[in-house]
Amino acid sequence: MSQQDALFTYTLRQADDLLILSHRLSEWCGHGPVLEEDIALTNRALDHIGEARNLYTYAGQVEGKGRDEDALAYLRNERQFVNTKLVEQPNGDYAHTIVRSFLFDAYHLPLAEALTKSADAQLAAIAAKAVKEAQYHVKHSSDWLIRFGDGTEESHRRAQEALDNLWTYSGDLFVMDAVHQDFVKAGIAPDLTKIKAAFDATVDRVLAEATLKRPADGFMATGGRQGKHSEHLGFILAEMQYLQRAYPGAEW
Amino acid sequence: MTDVKNLEELFQSKIDAEQKIEPKDWMPEKYRKTLIRQISQHAHSEVVGMLPEGNWITRAPNLRRKAILLAKVQDEAGHGLYLYSACETLGVSREQTIDDLLSGKAKYSSIFNYPTLSWADIGAIGWLVDGAAIMNQVMLCRTSYGPYARAMVRICKEESFHQRQGYEIMAVLAKGTPEQKEMAQDALNRWWWPSLMMFGPTDANSPHSAESMKWKIKRQSNDELRQTFIDRTVQQAEVIGLSIPDPDLKWNEATQHYDWGTIDWTEFNNVVAGNGPCNKERLVARNKAHDEGAWVREAALAHAAKKAKRKAA
Repeated sequence: MSQQDALFTYTLRQADDLLILSHRLSEWCGHGPVLEEDIALTNRALDHIGEARNLYTYAGQVEGKGRDEDALAYLRNERQFVNTKLVEQPNGDYAHTIVRSFLFDAYHLPLAEALTKSADAQLAAIAAKAVKEAQYHVKHSSDWLIRFGDGTEESHRRAQEALDNLWTYSGDLFVMDAVHQDFVKAGIAPDLTKIKAAFDATVDRVLAEATLKRPADGFMATGGRQGKHSEHLGFILAEMQYLQRAYPGAEW
Repeated sequence: MTDVKNLEELFQSKIDAEQKIEPKDWMPEKYRKTLIRQISQHAHSEVVGMLPEGNWITRAPNLRRKAILLAKVQDEAGHGLYLYSACETLGVSREQTIDDLLSGKAKYSSIFNYPTLSWADIGAIGWLVDGAAIMNQVMLCRTSYGPYARAMVRICKEESFHQRQGYEIMAVLAKGTPEQKEMAQDALNRWWWPSLMMFGPTDANSPHSAESMKWKIKRQSNDELRQTFIDRTVQQAEVIGLSIPDPDLKWNEATQHYDWGTIDWTEFNNVVAGNGPCNKERLVARNKAHDEGAWVREAALAHAAKKAKRKAA
Protein backbone atom coordinates (compact mmCIF):
# COMPACT_ATOMS: atom_id res chain seq x y z
CA MET A 1 0.00 0.00 0.00
CA SER A 2 1.40 3.38 -0.97
CA GLN A 3 1.71 6.13 1.60
CA GLN A 4 -1.10 7.97 -0.16
CA ASP A 5 -3.45 4.96 -0.08
CA ALA A 6 -2.65 4.41 3.56
CA LEU A 7 -3.38 8.03 4.49
CA PHE A 8 -6.63 7.84 2.55
CA THR A 9 -7.66 4.69 4.42
CA TYR A 10 -6.61 6.07 7.78
CA THR A 11 -8.62 9.27 7.26
CA LEU A 12 -11.64 7.32 6.06
CA ARG A 13 -11.63 5.13 9.17
CA GLN A 14 -12.13 8.15 11.35
CA ALA A 15 -14.65 9.80 9.05
CA ASP A 16 -16.74 6.62 8.78
CA ASP A 17 -16.86 6.19 12.57
CA LEU A 18 -18.13 9.74 12.95
CA LEU A 19 -20.68 9.60 10.13
CA ILE A 20 -22.21 6.32 11.21
CA LEU A 21 -22.38 7.35 14.87
CA SER A 22 -23.93 10.66 13.81
CA HIS A 23 -26.51 8.73 11.80
CA ARG A 24 -27.44 6.58 14.78
CA LEU A 25 -27.71 9.60 17.11
CA SER A 26 -29.83 11.48 14.60
CA GLU A 27 -32.33 8.60 14.63
CA TRP A 28 -33.30 9.82 18.12
CA CYS A 29 -34.31 13.24 16.87
CA GLY A 30 -37.83 13.96 18.15
CA HIS A 31 -37.92 10.75 20.18
CA GLY A 32 -35.59 11.58 23.08
CA PRO A 33 -36.46 10.88 26.73
CA VAL A 34 -36.60 14.60 27.53
CA LEU A 35 -36.44 17.68 25.33
CA GLU A 36 -32.99 18.68 26.61
CA GLU A 37 -31.64 15.33 25.40
CA ASP A 38 -33.17 15.83 21.96
CA ILE A 39 -31.08 18.97 21.85
CA ALA A 40 -27.95 17.30 23.26
CA LEU A 41 -28.13 14.35 20.86
CA THR A 42 -28.69 16.50 17.79
CA ASN A 43 -25.80 18.62 18.98
CA ARG A 44 -23.53 15.60 19.15
CA ALA A 45 -24.80 14.34 15.79
CA LEU A 46 -23.92 17.75 14.35
CA ASP A 47 -20.44 17.75 15.87
CA HIS A 48 -19.74 14.29 14.51
CA ILE A 49 -21.01 15.06 11.05
CA GLY A 50 -19.03 18.30 11.01
CA GLU A 51 -15.78 16.50 11.78
CA ALA A 52 -16.68 13.72 9.34
CA ARG A 53 -17.18 16.24 6.55
CA ASN A 54 -13.73 17.76 7.12
CA LEU A 55 -12.19 14.30 7.08
CA TYR A 56 -14.02 13.13 3.95
CA THR A 57 -13.05 16.25 2.10
CA TYR A 58 -9.44 15.70 3.08
CA ALA A 59 -9.59 11.99 2.22
CA GLY A 60 -10.90 12.92 -1.22
CA GLN A 61 -8.00 15.32 -1.74
CA VAL A 62 -5.46 12.73 -0.60
CA GLU A 63 -6.92 10.14 -2.95
CA GLY A 64 -6.82 12.60 -5.84
CA LYS A 65 -9.57 10.99 -7.91
CA GLY A 66 -12.04 13.83 -7.63
CA ARG A 67 -14.26 12.27 -4.98
CA ASP A 68 -15.83 14.83 -2.66
CA GLU A 69 -17.41 14.33 0.78
CA ASP A 70 -20.69 13.16 -0.71
CA ALA A 71 -19.13 10.71 -3.16
CA LEU A 72 -17.34 9.12 -0.22
CA ALA A 73 -20.33 9.08 2.11
CA TYR A 74 -23.05 8.17 -0.36
CA LEU A 75 -21.46 6.11 -3.08
CA ARG A 76 -19.50 3.44 -1.25
CA ASN A 77 -20.90 0.05 -0.26
CA GLU A 78 -20.86 -1.88 3.02
CA ARG A 79 -17.52 -3.56 2.36
CA GLN A 80 -15.88 -0.22 1.58
CA PHE A 81 -16.92 1.38 4.85
CA VAL A 82 -14.20 1.07 7.48
CA ASN A 83 -15.94 2.23 10.65
CA THR A 84 -15.84 0.17 13.83
CA LYS A 85 -18.64 -2.25 14.56
CA LEU A 86 -19.33 -0.29 17.74
CA VAL A 87 -20.81 2.79 16.07
CA GLU A 88 -23.17 0.87 13.79
CA GLN A 89 -24.88 -0.95 16.68
CA PRO A 90 -28.58 -0.06 17.01
CA ASN A 91 -29.73 2.61 19.47
CA GLY A 92 -31.55 0.18 21.75
CA ASP A 93 -32.75 1.85 24.93
CA TYR A 94 -31.22 5.11 26.13
CA ALA A 95 -28.65 3.18 28.19
CA HIS A 96 -27.36 1.45 25.06
CA THR A 97 -27.19 4.76 23.22
CA ILE A 98 -25.29 6.40 26.06
CA VAL A 99 -22.89 3.49 26.58
CA ARG A 100 -22.14 3.26 22.86
CA SER A 101 -21.30 6.97 22.82
CA PHE A 102 -19.37 6.76 26.08
CA LEU A 103 -17.09 3.99 24.76
CA PHE A 104 -16.54 5.95 21.58
CA ASP A 105 -15.99 9.26 23.40
CA ALA A 106 -13.46 7.74 25.80
CA TYR A 107 -11.44 6.74 22.70
CA HIS A 108 -12.18 9.76 20.53
CA LEU A 109 -11.00 12.46 22.97
CA PRO A 110 -7.46 11.09 23.55
CA LEU A 111 -7.24 10.26 19.84
CA ALA A 112 -8.15 13.83 18.86
CA GLU A 113 -5.71 15.20 21.44
CA ALA A 114 -2.91 13.01 20.10
CA LEU A 115 -3.72 13.85 16.49
CA THR A 116 -3.28 17.56 17.17
CA LYS A 117 0.44 16.66 17.18
CA SER A 118 0.26 14.59 13.98
CA ALA A 119 2.98 15.05 11.38
CA ASP A 120 0.15 15.48 8.92
CA ALA A 121 -0.84 19.14 9.21
CA GLN A 122 -4.37 18.71 7.91
CA LEU A 123 -5.23 15.84 10.28
CA ALA A 124 -3.75 17.91 13.11
CA ALA A 125 -5.88 20.92 12.19
CA ILE A 126 -9.10 18.86 11.97
CA ALA A 127 -8.33 17.23 15.32
CA ALA A 128 -7.61 20.59 16.96
CA LYS A 129 -11.09 21.70 16.01
CA ALA A 130 -12.64 18.52 17.39
CA VAL A 131 -10.93 18.44 20.80
CA LYS A 132 -13.23 20.89 22.53
CA GLU A 133 -16.32 19.13 21.23
CA ALA A 134 -14.91 15.75 22.24
CA GLN A 135 -14.38 17.03 25.81
CA TYR A 136 -18.04 17.97 25.98
CA HIS A 137 -19.03 14.57 24.55
CA VAL A 138 -17.13 12.69 27.25
CA LYS A 139 -18.76 14.84 29.88
CA HIS A 140 -22.24 14.34 28.47
CA SER A 141 -22.04 10.56 28.16
CA SER A 142 -20.17 10.14 31.49
CA ASP A 143 -22.70 12.25 33.35
CA TRP A 144 -25.53 10.09 32.07
CA LEU A 145 -23.73 6.84 32.75
CA ILE A 146 -23.16 7.99 36.34
CA ARG A 147 -26.80 9.01 36.66
CA PHE A 148 -27.86 5.60 35.41
CA GLY A 149 -25.45 3.64 37.57
CA ASP A 150 -26.22 5.67 40.67
CA GLY A 151 -29.90 6.37 39.87
CA THR A 152 -32.58 3.72 40.28
CA GLU A 153 -32.36 -0.04 40.35
CA GLU A 154 -33.80 -0.16 36.84
CA SER A 155 -31.38 2.39 35.41
CA HIS A 156 -28.45 0.58 37.03
CA ARG A 157 -29.55 -2.73 35.55
CA ARG A 158 -30.08 -1.22 32.10
CA ALA A 159 -26.69 0.50 32.12
CA GLN A 160 -24.90 -2.69 33.18
CA GLU A 161 -26.69 -4.68 30.48
CA ALA A 162 -25.73 -2.11 27.86
CA LEU A 163 -22.11 -2.23 28.97
CA ASP A 164 -22.08 -6.02 28.92
CA ASN A 165 -23.68 -6.08 25.46
CA LEU A 166 -21.52 -3.42 23.84
CA TRP A 167 -18.14 -4.08 25.42
CA THR A 168 -17.20 -6.69 22.82
CA TYR A 169 -17.39 -3.99 20.13
CA SER A 170 -14.93 -1.69 21.89
CA GLY A 171 -12.04 -3.85 20.70
CA ASP A 172 -12.50 -2.61 17.14
CA LEU A 173 -11.41 0.86 18.27
CA PHE A 174 -7.90 -0.34 19.10
CA VAL A 175 -7.02 -2.64 16.21
CA MET A 176 -3.48 -1.86 15.07
CA ASP A 177 -2.99 -3.33 11.61
CA ALA A 178 -0.19 -2.67 9.10
CA VAL A 179 -1.79 0.57 7.88
CA HIS A 180 -1.84 1.89 11.37
CA GLN A 181 1.67 0.67 12.33
CA ASP A 182 3.20 2.48 9.38
CA PHE A 183 1.55 5.70 10.41
CA VAL A 184 2.72 5.42 13.95
CA LYS A 185 6.28 5.14 12.62
CA ALA A 186 5.77 8.16 10.39
CA GLY A 187 4.40 10.22 13.27
CA ILE A 188 1.05 10.67 11.58
CA ALA A 189 -1.11 8.51 13.84
CA PRO A 190 -0.78 7.88 17.56
CA ASP A 191 0.09 4.49 18.99
CA LEU A 192 -3.29 3.01 19.88
CA THR A 193 -1.91 1.31 22.98
CA LYS A 194 -1.47 4.82 24.40
CA ILE A 195 -5.00 5.75 23.41
CA LYS A 196 -6.19 2.52 25.02
CA ALA A 197 -4.48 3.50 28.28
CA ALA A 198 -6.33 6.82 28.31
CA PHE A 199 -9.56 5.02 27.40
CA ASP A 200 -9.06 2.56 30.28
CA ALA A 201 -8.46 5.39 32.73
CA THR A 202 -11.65 7.19 31.72
CA VAL A 203 -13.69 4.00 31.75
CA ASP A 204 -12.41 2.97 35.18
CA ARG A 205 -12.97 6.41 36.66
CA VAL A 206 -16.51 6.77 35.35
CA LEU A 207 -17.59 3.20 36.05
CA ALA A 208 -16.31 3.49 39.63
CA GLU A 209 -18.42 6.60 40.18
CA ALA A 210 -21.36 4.95 38.47
CA THR A 211 -20.90 1.80 40.60
CA LEU A 212 -20.97 -0.27 37.40
CA LYS A 213 -18.79 -3.31 36.69
CA ARG A 214 -16.28 -3.23 33.90
CA PRO A 215 -16.88 -6.30 31.70
CA ALA A 216 -13.94 -8.65 31.20
CA ASP A 217 -11.96 -8.18 27.99
CA GLY A 218 -12.97 -11.48 26.46
CA PHE A 219 -13.68 -12.07 22.80
CA MET A 220 -13.64 -8.82 20.87
CA ALA A 221 -15.87 -8.50 17.81
CA THR A 222 -13.47 -6.81 15.41
CA GLY A 223 -13.41 -6.57 11.63
CA GLY A 224 -14.95 -3.16 10.96
CA ARG A 225 -11.65 -1.62 9.83
CA GLN A 226 -11.45 -4.29 7.11
CA GLY A 227 -15.02 -3.62 6.03
CA LYS A 228 -16.36 -6.76 7.71
CA HIS A 229 -19.38 -5.36 9.48
CA SER A 230 -22.41 -6.49 11.38
CA GLU A 231 -25.63 -6.81 9.38
CA HIS A 232 -26.77 -3.42 10.66
CA LEU A 233 -24.53 -1.32 8.44
CA GLY A 234 -26.23 -2.36 5.20
CA PHE A 235 -29.53 -0.98 6.40
CA ILE A 236 -27.98 2.26 7.57
CA LEU A 237 -26.44 2.77 4.13
CA ALA A 238 -29.61 1.74 2.29
CA GLU A 239 -31.48 4.45 4.14
CA MET A 240 -28.77 7.09 4.08
CA GLN A 241 -27.80 6.65 0.43
CA TYR A 242 -31.29 6.22 -1.01
CA LEU A 243 -31.65 9.56 -2.80
CA GLN A 244 -28.13 9.58 -4.22
CA ARG A 245 -28.62 6.04 -5.53
CA ALA A 246 -32.13 6.64 -6.89
CA TYR A 247 -31.20 9.84 -8.76
CA PRO A 248 -27.59 9.42 -9.89
CA GLY A 249 -25.80 12.67 -10.62
CA ALA A 250 -28.58 14.96 -9.37
CA GLU A 251 -27.63 18.09 -7.43
CA TRP A 252 -29.43 18.73 -4.16
CA MET B 1 -66.31 43.78 42.49
CA THR B 2 -65.27 47.38 41.94
CA ASP B 3 -61.71 46.36 42.77
CA VAL B 4 -61.65 43.87 39.94
CA LYS B 5 -63.18 46.45 37.65
CA ASN B 6 -60.45 48.92 38.56
CA LEU B 7 -57.80 46.29 38.00
CA GLU B 8 -59.27 45.47 34.63
CA GLU B 9 -59.27 49.11 33.66
CA LEU B 10 -55.70 49.53 34.76
CA PHE B 11 -54.74 46.38 32.85
CA GLN B 12 -56.44 47.57 29.67
CA SER B 13 -54.92 51.04 30.00
CA LYS B 14 -51.46 49.49 30.18
CA ILE B 15 -52.19 47.49 27.06
CA ASP B 16 -53.55 50.52 25.27
CA ALA B 17 -50.37 52.39 26.23
CA GLU B 18 -48.30 49.56 24.66
CA GLN B 19 -46.80 48.53 27.99
CA LYS B 20 -45.92 44.85 28.36
CA ILE B 21 -47.74 42.70 30.89
CA GLU B 22 -45.22 40.82 33.05
CA PRO B 23 -45.69 37.57 35.03
CA LYS B 24 -46.25 39.26 38.39
CA ASP B 25 -48.72 41.86 37.08
CA TRP B 26 -52.41 41.41 37.69
CA MET B 27 -54.19 40.03 34.63
CA PRO B 28 -57.74 38.85 33.94
CA GLU B 29 -58.06 35.11 34.38
CA LYS B 30 -59.24 34.79 30.81
CA TYR B 31 -56.16 36.60 29.50
CA ARG B 32 -53.98 34.16 31.44
CA LYS B 33 -55.93 31.16 30.17
CA THR B 34 -55.88 32.36 26.59
CA LEU B 35 -52.12 32.81 26.75
CA ILE B 36 -51.55 29.41 28.32
CA ARG B 37 -53.63 27.82 25.58
CA GLN B 38 -51.87 29.71 22.83
CA ILE B 39 -48.28 29.43 24.10
CA SER B 40 -48.60 25.77 24.99
CA GLN B 41 -50.11 25.00 21.57
CA HIS B 42 -47.18 26.82 20.06
CA ALA B 43 -44.69 24.84 22.19
CA HIS B 44 -46.36 21.55 21.26
CA SER B 45 -46.28 22.51 17.60
CA GLU B 46 -42.51 22.99 17.79
CA VAL B 47 -42.04 19.60 19.41
CA VAL B 48 -44.48 17.65 17.24
CA GLY B 49 -43.07 19.49 14.23
CA MET B 50 -39.75 17.76 14.86
CA LEU B 51 -41.33 14.48 13.76
CA PRO B 52 -42.18 15.13 10.09
CA GLU B 53 -38.84 16.86 9.58
CA GLY B 54 -36.85 14.35 11.62
CA ASN B 55 -38.36 11.79 9.26
CA TRP B 56 -35.84 12.89 6.58
CA ILE B 57 -32.65 13.45 8.59
CA THR B 58 -31.34 9.94 8.02
CA ARG B 59 -32.26 10.18 4.32
CA ALA B 60 -31.07 13.72 3.57
CA PRO B 61 -29.51 13.76 0.09
CA ASN B 62 -26.06 15.06 1.02
CA LEU B 63 -23.99 15.85 4.07
CA ARG B 64 -24.54 19.60 3.87
CA ARG B 65 -28.32 19.22 3.74
CA LYS B 66 -28.19 16.66 6.53
CA ALA B 67 -26.26 19.03 8.81
CA ILE B 68 -28.61 21.93 8.02
CA LEU B 69 -31.69 19.81 8.72
CA LEU B 70 -30.23 18.51 11.99
CA ALA B 71 -29.52 22.07 13.08
CA LYS B 72 -33.01 23.13 12.10
CA VAL B 73 -34.75 20.39 14.03
CA GLN B 74 -32.50 21.18 16.98
CA ASP B 75 -33.70 24.80 16.78
CA GLU B 76 -37.30 23.59 16.96
CA ALA B 77 -36.54 21.68 20.15
CA GLY B 78 -34.99 24.87 21.55
CA HIS B 79 -38.10 26.86 20.64
CA GLY B 80 -40.20 24.25 22.42
CA LEU B 81 -38.08 24.75 25.53
CA TYR B 82 -38.37 28.56 25.60
CA LEU B 83 -42.10 28.36 25.03
CA TYR B 84 -42.66 25.79 27.78
CA SER B 85 -40.70 28.16 30.02
CA ALA B 86 -42.85 31.12 28.94
CA CYS B 87 -45.88 28.99 29.87
CA GLU B 88 -44.41 28.31 33.30
CA THR B 89 -44.38 32.06 33.99
CA LEU B 90 -48.18 31.83 33.81
CA GLY B 91 -48.29 29.23 36.53
CA VAL B 92 -48.52 25.90 34.72
CA SER B 93 -45.71 23.36 34.98
CA ARG B 94 -44.03 21.86 31.94
CA GLU B 95 -45.14 18.38 33.08
CA GLN B 96 -48.78 19.45 33.19
CA THR B 97 -48.54 21.13 29.82
CA ILE B 98 -46.90 18.07 28.25
CA ASP B 99 -49.42 15.72 29.85
CA ASP B 100 -52.18 17.67 28.12
CA LEU B 101 -50.47 17.11 24.78
CA LEU B 102 -49.97 13.41 25.42
CA SER B 103 -53.56 12.84 26.48
CA GLY B 104 -54.80 14.58 23.33
CA LYS B 105 -56.43 17.37 25.34
CA ALA B 106 -54.13 20.11 24.05
CA LYS B 107 -53.88 20.95 20.38
CA TYR B 108 -50.87 21.67 18.21
CA SER B 109 -50.66 23.07 14.71
CA SER B 110 -52.61 20.75 12.42
CA ILE B 111 -50.05 21.20 9.68
CA PHE B 112 -47.84 18.61 11.38
CA ASN B 113 -50.50 16.00 10.87
CA TYR B 114 -49.54 15.88 7.21
CA PRO B 115 -46.83 13.39 6.17
CA THR B 116 -43.45 14.24 4.63
CA LEU B 117 -43.43 11.95 1.60
CA SER B 118 -40.41 13.17 -0.33
CA TRP B 119 -37.27 15.22 0.21
CA ALA B 120 -39.04 18.18 -1.41
CA ASP B 121 -41.44 18.20 1.53
CA ILE B 122 -38.55 19.36 3.70
CA GLY B 123 -38.16 22.29 1.34
CA ALA B 124 -41.90 22.94 1.32
CA ILE B 125 -42.12 22.89 5.10
CA GLY B 126 -39.32 25.43 5.43
CA TRP B 127 -40.64 27.66 2.69
CA LEU B 128 -44.39 27.47 3.28
CA VAL B 129 -44.96 26.21 6.81
CA ASP B 130 -42.18 28.22 8.44
CA GLY B 131 -43.07 31.08 6.10
CA ALA B 132 -46.69 31.04 7.31
CA ALA B 133 -45.60 30.63 10.93
CA ILE B 134 -43.32 33.67 10.63
CA MET B 135 -46.24 35.89 9.60
CA ASN B 136 -47.83 35.08 12.92
CA GLN B 137 -44.62 35.16 14.89
CA VAL B 138 -43.46 38.55 13.64
CA MET B 139 -46.77 39.90 14.89
CA LEU B 140 -46.25 38.09 18.20
CA CYS B 141 -42.91 39.85 18.78
CA ARG B 142 -45.17 42.78 19.71
CA THR B 143 -47.70 40.77 21.68
CA SER B 144 -48.76 42.26 25.02
CA TYR B 145 -47.35 39.51 27.27
CA GLY B 146 -43.65 40.25 27.89
CA PRO B 147 -42.14 36.75 28.18
CA TYR B 148 -43.99 35.56 25.07
CA ALA B 149 -42.95 38.60 23.05
CA ARG B 150 -39.30 38.19 24.06
CA ALA B 151 -39.24 34.45 23.31
CA MET B 152 -40.72 35.27 19.93
CA VAL B 153 -37.99 37.75 18.99
CA ARG B 154 -35.40 35.02 19.25
CA ILE B 155 -37.58 32.41 17.57
CA CYS B 156 -38.31 34.71 14.64
CA LYS B 157 -34.64 35.14 13.82
CA GLU B 158 -34.16 31.40 13.56
CA GLU B 159 -37.42 30.81 11.72
CA SER B 160 -36.63 33.29 9.01
CA PHE B 161 -33.36 31.45 8.48
CA HIS B 162 -35.32 28.19 8.18
CA GLN B 163 -37.67 29.76 5.69
CA ARG B 164 -34.78 30.79 3.45
CA GLN B 165 -33.23 27.33 3.69
CA GLY B 166 -36.53 25.71 2.71
CA TYR B 167 -36.93 28.03 -0.23
CA GLU B 168 -33.39 27.27 -1.32
CA ILE B 169 -34.11 23.52 -1.26
CA MET B 170 -37.12 24.15 -3.50
CA ALA B 171 -35.17 26.44 -5.82
CA VAL B 172 -32.45 23.82 -6.33
CA LEU B 173 -35.02 21.09 -7.01
CA ALA B 174 -37.01 23.32 -9.36
CA LYS B 175 -33.99 23.85 -11.57
CA GLY B 176 -32.79 20.25 -11.22
CA THR B 177 -33.71 17.14 -13.23
CA PRO B 178 -37.31 16.68 -14.45
CA GLU B 179 -37.89 14.22 -11.58
CA GLN B 180 -36.65 16.75 -9.06
CA LYS B 181 -38.84 19.49 -10.46
CA GLU B 182 -41.83 17.15 -10.32
CA MET B 183 -40.97 16.35 -6.71
CA ALA B 184 -40.90 20.07 -5.87
CA GLN B 185 -44.19 20.80 -7.65
CA ASP B 186 -45.88 17.84 -5.99
CA ALA B 187 -44.73 19.06 -2.57
CA LEU B 188 -46.06 22.55 -3.28
CA ASN B 189 -49.37 21.04 -4.43
CA ARG B 190 -49.74 19.07 -1.22
CA TRP B 191 -48.55 21.76 1.25
CA TRP B 192 -50.12 24.90 -0.24
CA TRP B 193 -53.67 24.61 1.09
CA PRO B 194 -52.74 23.19 4.49
CA SER B 195 -50.30 26.13 4.84
CA LEU B 196 -53.11 28.61 4.20
CA MET B 197 -55.18 26.81 6.83
CA MET B 198 -52.43 27.52 9.36
CA PHE B 199 -53.77 31.07 9.73
CA GLY B 200 -56.92 29.65 11.25
CA PRO B 201 -60.59 30.20 10.46
CA THR B 202 -61.74 33.27 8.54
CA ASP B 203 -62.20 36.37 10.67
CA ALA B 204 -65.97 35.91 10.55
CA ASN B 205 -65.61 32.45 12.10
CA SER B 206 -62.75 33.00 14.53
CA PRO B 207 -64.19 32.61 18.04
CA HIS B 208 -61.29 33.97 20.10
CA SER B 209 -60.16 36.78 17.85
CA ALA B 210 -62.00 39.89 19.08
CA GLU B 211 -60.85 39.56 22.67
CA SER B 212 -57.29 38.66 21.65
CA MET B 213 -57.16 41.77 19.50
CA LYS B 214 -58.45 43.95 22.31
CA TRP B 215 -55.77 42.53 24.63
CA LYS B 216 -53.17 42.85 21.88
CA ILE B 217 -52.23 39.22 22.23
CA LYS B 218 -53.00 39.22 18.55
CA ARG B 219 -52.50 42.34 16.48
CA GLN B 220 -53.54 41.38 12.96
CA SER B 221 -56.46 39.27 11.88
CA ASN B 222 -56.20 35.76 10.42
CA ASP B 223 -57.39 36.96 7.02
CA GLU B 224 -54.95 39.88 6.90
CA LEU B 225 -52.00 37.66 7.70
CA ARG B 226 -53.13 35.01 5.22
CA GLN B 227 -53.40 37.58 2.44
CA THR B 228 -49.94 38.98 3.13
CA PHE B 229 -48.54 35.45 3.03
CA ILE B 230 -50.23 34.69 -0.29
CA ASP B 231 -49.07 37.92 -1.91
CA ARG B 232 -45.51 37.25 -0.90
CA THR B 233 -45.39 33.54 -1.67
CA VAL B 234 -46.96 33.70 -5.12
CA GLN B 235 -44.11 35.88 -6.26
CA GLN B 236 -41.52 33.56 -4.72
CA ALA B 237 -43.07 30.60 -6.57
CA GLU B 238 -42.89 32.50 -9.85
CA VAL B 239 -39.19 33.24 -9.38
CA ILE B 240 -38.36 29.53 -9.19
CA GLY B 241 -40.86 28.45 -11.83
CA LEU B 242 -43.34 26.50 -9.71
CA SER B 243 -47.12 26.94 -9.97
CA ILE B 244 -49.44 27.57 -7.05
CA PRO B 245 -52.22 24.95 -7.15
CA ASP B 246 -55.11 27.42 -7.24
CA PRO B 247 -56.93 28.01 -10.56
CA ASP B 248 -58.63 31.10 -9.10
CA LEU B 249 -55.40 32.84 -8.23
CA LYS B 250 -55.23 36.19 -10.01
CA TRP B 251 -53.62 39.58 -9.38
CA ASN B 252 -56.23 42.23 -8.57
CA GLU B 253 -55.08 45.64 -9.70
CA ALA B 254 -57.78 47.43 -7.70
CA THR B 255 -56.97 45.84 -4.32
CA GLN B 256 -53.25 45.41 -5.06
CA HIS B 257 -53.58 41.87 -3.72
CA TYR B 258 -54.02 38.43 -5.21
CA ASP B 259 -57.55 37.09 -5.40
CA TRP B 260 -57.57 33.41 -4.63
CA GLY B 261 -59.84 30.37 -4.31
CA THR B 262 -61.58 28.82 -1.32
CA ILE B 263 -60.11 26.80 1.50
CA ASP B 264 -61.67 23.38 2.01
CA TRP B 265 -62.87 23.97 5.58
CA THR B 266 -64.23 20.44 5.79
CA GLU B 267 -60.68 19.15 5.50
CA PHE B 268 -59.50 21.72 8.04
CA ASN B 269 -62.16 20.71 10.57
CA ASN B 270 -61.46 17.06 9.99
CA VAL B 271 -57.75 17.38 10.69
CA VAL B 272 -58.40 19.53 13.78
CA ALA B 273 -60.85 16.88 14.97
CA GLY B 274 -58.12 14.24 14.82
CA ASN B 275 -58.74 12.73 11.40
CA GLY B 276 -55.72 14.04 9.51
CA PRO B 277 -53.32 11.67 7.79
CA CYS B 278 -50.89 11.50 10.73
CA ASN B 279 -52.74 12.65 13.88
CA LYS B 280 -52.58 9.19 15.42
CA GLU B 281 -48.94 8.58 14.50
CA ARG B 282 -47.80 11.88 15.95
CA LEU B 283 -49.43 11.29 19.31
CA VAL B 284 -48.28 7.69 19.41
CA ALA B 285 -44.70 8.83 18.73
CA ARG B 286 -44.81 11.50 21.46
CA ASN B 287 -46.33 9.09 23.96
CA LYS B 288 -43.82 6.39 23.12
CA ALA B 289 -40.89 8.78 23.62
CA HIS B 290 -42.40 9.95 26.91
CA ASP B 291 -43.12 6.44 28.22
CA GLU B 292 -39.80 4.97 27.15
CA GLY B 293 -38.01 7.96 28.65
CA ALA B 294 -39.71 7.61 32.04
CA TRP B 295 -36.94 5.49 33.57
CA VAL B 296 -34.31 7.94 32.26
CA ARG B 297 -36.01 10.90 33.93
CA GLU B 298 -36.52 8.91 37.14
CA ALA B 299 -32.85 7.93 37.18
CA ALA B 300 -31.78 11.57 36.78
CA LEU B 301 -34.01 12.63 39.67
CA ALA B 302 -32.90 9.75 41.88
CA HIS B 303 -29.23 10.47 41.24
CA ALA B 304 -29.70 14.20 41.88
CA ALA B 305 -31.45 13.42 45.18
CA LYS B 306 -28.70 11.02 46.28
CA LYS B 307 -26.04 13.52 45.33
CA ALA B 308 -27.73 16.30 47.31
CA LYS B 309 -28.07 13.98 50.30
CA ARG B 310 -24.38 13.00 50.15
CA LYS B 311 -23.42 16.66 49.95
CA ALA B 312 -25.55 17.51 52.97
CA ALA B 313 -24.13 14.61 55.01
